[in-house]
Amino acid sequence: MSEKLIFELGKSGRKGVSIPEDELKELKVEEILDKRLLREEDPSLPEISEIEVIRHYTRLSQLNFCVDTHFYPLGSCTMKYNPRIAEKLASLKGFSTLHPYEPEELVQGALKIMFELGKFLCEIGGFDAITLQPSAGAHGELTGLLLIRAYHEHKGKKRTKVIIPDSAHGTNPASCTLAGYRAVEIKSGKDGCIDIDRLRGELDEETAAVMITNPNTLGLFEEKIAEIAELTHSVGALLYGDGANLNALMGISRPGDMGFDVLHFNLHKTFAAPHGGGGPGSGPVAVKKELEPFLPVPVIVERDGKYHLDYDRPLSIGKVKTFYGNFSVMIKAYIYIRMMGAEGLKRVSENAVLSARYVINKLKEVYDLPYDKPPMHEGVLSGKKFKEYGVKTLDIAKRLLDYGFHPPTIYFPLIVEEAIMIEPTETETKETLDAFIEAMLKIAKEAKENPQLLKEAPHTTPVRRLDEVKAAKEPILRWKKDKGES
Amino acid sequence: MPFIPHTEEDVREMLESLGLKEKEELFSHIPEKIRLKSPLSLPNPLSEMEIEREIERIASMNKGVMDYISFIGAGSYNHWIPSTVESLLNRGEIFSPYTPYQPEASQGTLTILFEFQTMMCELFNMEVSNASVYDGASALAEACLMALRITKKNEVILSSAIHPEYRRVVRTYLESAGFKVSEVQFKESGETDIEALEKKISDDTAAFAIQNPNFLGIIENIEKIKNLRERVNAMLISCVTEPISLGILKPPGSYKTDIAVGEGKSLGIPLNFGGPYLGIFTSKMEYIRNMPGRIVGETIDIEGKRGFVLTLSTREQHIRRAKATSNICTNHNMCAIAATIYLASVGKEGFKRISEINLKKAHFLAKELSKNGVKLRFSSPFYNEFAVKFKNPQKALEIGIEKGFLIGLPLGRFYPSLEDSILINVTEIHSLEVLSDLAKLLGEIKDV
Repeated sequence: MSEKLIFELGKSGRKGVSIPEDELKELKVEEILDKRLLREEDPSLPEISEIEVIRHYTRLSQLNFCVDTHFYPLGSCTMKYNPRIAEKLASLKGFSTLHPYEPEELVQGALKIMFELGKFLCEIGGFDAITLQPSAGAHGELTGLLLIRAYHEHKGKKRTKVIIPDSAHGTNPASCTLAGYRAVEIKSGKDGCIDIDRLRGELDEETAAVMITNPNTLGLFEEKIAEIAELTHSVGALLYGDGANLNALMGISRPGDMGFDVLHFNLHKTFAAPHGGGGPGSGPVAVKKELEPFLPVPVIVERDGKYHLDYDRPLSIGKVKTFYGNFSVMIKAYIYIRMMGAEGLKRVSENAVLSARYVINKLKEVYDLPYDKPPMHEGVLSGKKFKEYGVKTLDIAKRLLDYGFHPPTIYFPLIVEEAIMIEPTETETKETLDAFIEAMLKIAKEAKENPQLLKEAPHTTPVRRLDEVKAAKEPILRWKKDKGES
Repeated sequence: MPFIPHTEEDVREMLESLGLKEKEELFSHIPEKIRLKSPLSLPNPLSEMEIEREIERIASMNKGVMDYISFIGAGSYNHWIPSTVESLLNRGEIFSPYTPYQPEASQGTLTILFEFQTMMCELFNMEVSNASVYDGASALAEACLMALRITKKNEVILSSAIHPEYRRVVRTYLESAGFKVSEVQFKESGETDIEALEKKISDDTAAFAIQNPNFLGIIENIEKIKNLRERVNAMLISCVTEPISLGILKPPGSYKTDIAVGEGKSLGIPLNFGGPYLGIFTSKMEYIRNMPGRIVGETIDIEGKRGFVLTLSTREQHIRRAKATSNICTNHNMCAIAATIYLASVGKEGFKRISEINLKKAHFLAKELSKNGVKLRFSSPFYNEFAVKFKNPQKALEIGIEKGFLIGLPLGRFYPSLEDSILINVTEIHSLEVLSDLAKLLGEIKDV
């Protein structure tokens, strides 16, 4: 049965949860405010009972695939298990009832968590200073690029461009534009890694930064990273690290030691905070010492055993967000790091890499592995060989839903034709990985023997394949009363 | 090791299938000189029982609005949250998926976002809403950028009665890209100076932005603002940081707003020391192709059944890359879901009543204050927040804490000219009794 929209449930005059009483009934709104300030028509909100609310959203939630119900090997997204203890403790009243403008002495516990989390992240990444303010990875990228901009301008040099590989996340070039830079894409080498000669050819005095992900979006470690850093620094540019793939490296190798000057973290990927179906995330940005003066305000500092919010930073880029960032996401990352410790985080990366390599190795004969090097925490296959049966990667992805698996990331990175980007994470059992491998192999067989089965997939989901072209061509972006049920 | 299920046997089998003996071999291609030689320096790991004790200890170092009677608002308003919200948000099916890239496996998230967009259009009286951005401040910054894109001009004008942190975020976003941000002052009465604003608007002005009710709690003169919008060739961006006000106040769509943004924190989201909150982003339909962020649309599946998908994605970074309307990817989905459940739970009548109670209780307190000889700083109409004059605000705040009150936000922190004032916010959570107590206390300490 298909679930209705909340607006199609309930009826006029029905009431939901019990609302506080109006103790000032004798006082009339119209006596307080001029009628011209008052709204003429009430917003058309649902009129629905409490049980209908609970049932509606419970049922809707059950239409989702999620980490708690399904293997979710979405590449570049690190869909690992979200520990329940972190969820529970992050909502303690001692955190959730703090107003951001309370005096510092009342919020020492909150500041302690933020201060220590910053220290942990600097240690894990190999950096000197940090801001926790950005809301997500892309927000971190913008912040990091603005720091780089402020750094160059402070030195009296206005640089204009940022070099990124063509395998980069789409947010990278978009963040460059937002920060006032021109994004210059360089073609990756035959091995899928940065082409050093092309990089050298683009690097000049106009280059503000080189922005790369390591391991890159193919899941490959940039083995020449130290040389790339050296080249970048030789023209006075800085090396920016997109930390989306940090799950491969904890306790193994640190971006700061590789020569990165700036790195953003994704607490909602690497540090087990949930993705929330699309946020809120948290994207702290760590920097080397030279960039510290430019960090957004406030910076959390410790003096005489007390924590303070330091706003007195004349070279700061300003603020990228109100208050201090997504605090409750930070608590979850803090809990995760304190539970894992140094040894635990190293195990995380070892097992994340082991799992990815195991899966890719089992599938690379049947699907193509266009860059045949050992991947780190994720690997990118291609579905191109099934095109001869009229089957696209999209069809393979949709068919996986019928087998009870959320598909990998598809059609990214752009440099791989019919890309299938698989990131299993360390929290999945070998049995799950084996079942996924088996399903992928079965689907490959189906593609040859019964391609129609794939092209019409999924068959078992709450809705069948949806018409995305129609959605964009004739946009219906809100519910309307007169339209009735379609 | 918690959260890692691999047994020694699993690891051995997996390594064997790769032709490897030791886990270290997985990393043999990482050059020796950049490999970490010693373990990370982090505290010793804690078990679940130990971390619970430790985090509870840290939480108890904090004192929040449960320990004090708080009247701090200033962009983060403390409202009652129905238990339905937390109960539903605790479902793994809601918090543990990714962005709904595979719509057939994400109809839950997508349907709720479609409901969210509808509710935001209703509240703001606007034609279209996106599926959320990070917070009110980034929503305002994105709105300014959108107006600059549409008009191809290079300046925005902000009312200085917009939340000071929002203005700072707008500057951070805009100035690096080479755009000009100017400001127009508020009048002695607390309203934005519309005459001065009109004089500032030039051919270079892409948009002017106001907040309503403004940061000082004042309801802006929306008739004048509407008239101004009709006269000038610049877009109007309206920002609402207290959406509970929209239960009774005229919504942005009714005063010719082109882009209306807001902070949705008041709609079912806890204080959480400032985040995560909810960026609301709405506009007229004609600007849809310039809108930032995710948008959910209705469509049908191959059997003709209704379903929902992310749509109009050619605006977005993963398709358009450097030419995208924004770099935003992950947004604040859970907060948007919280707002949707909040509004569904309180319903049409409940939302209006809560909105009225906020107004009435704030005015009740104002009356009690004047009985006790305490003066309001501004004369214009206000909603649920207002500024009060003190001889020594800092001292007053300190005495307040001693007596168990967080009186409000000292405005001198953001406005040197308002060094004598404290901003006080009243919501439905304050009983008439505590309001009378506060009025009495402030009467005693106003001249301290």
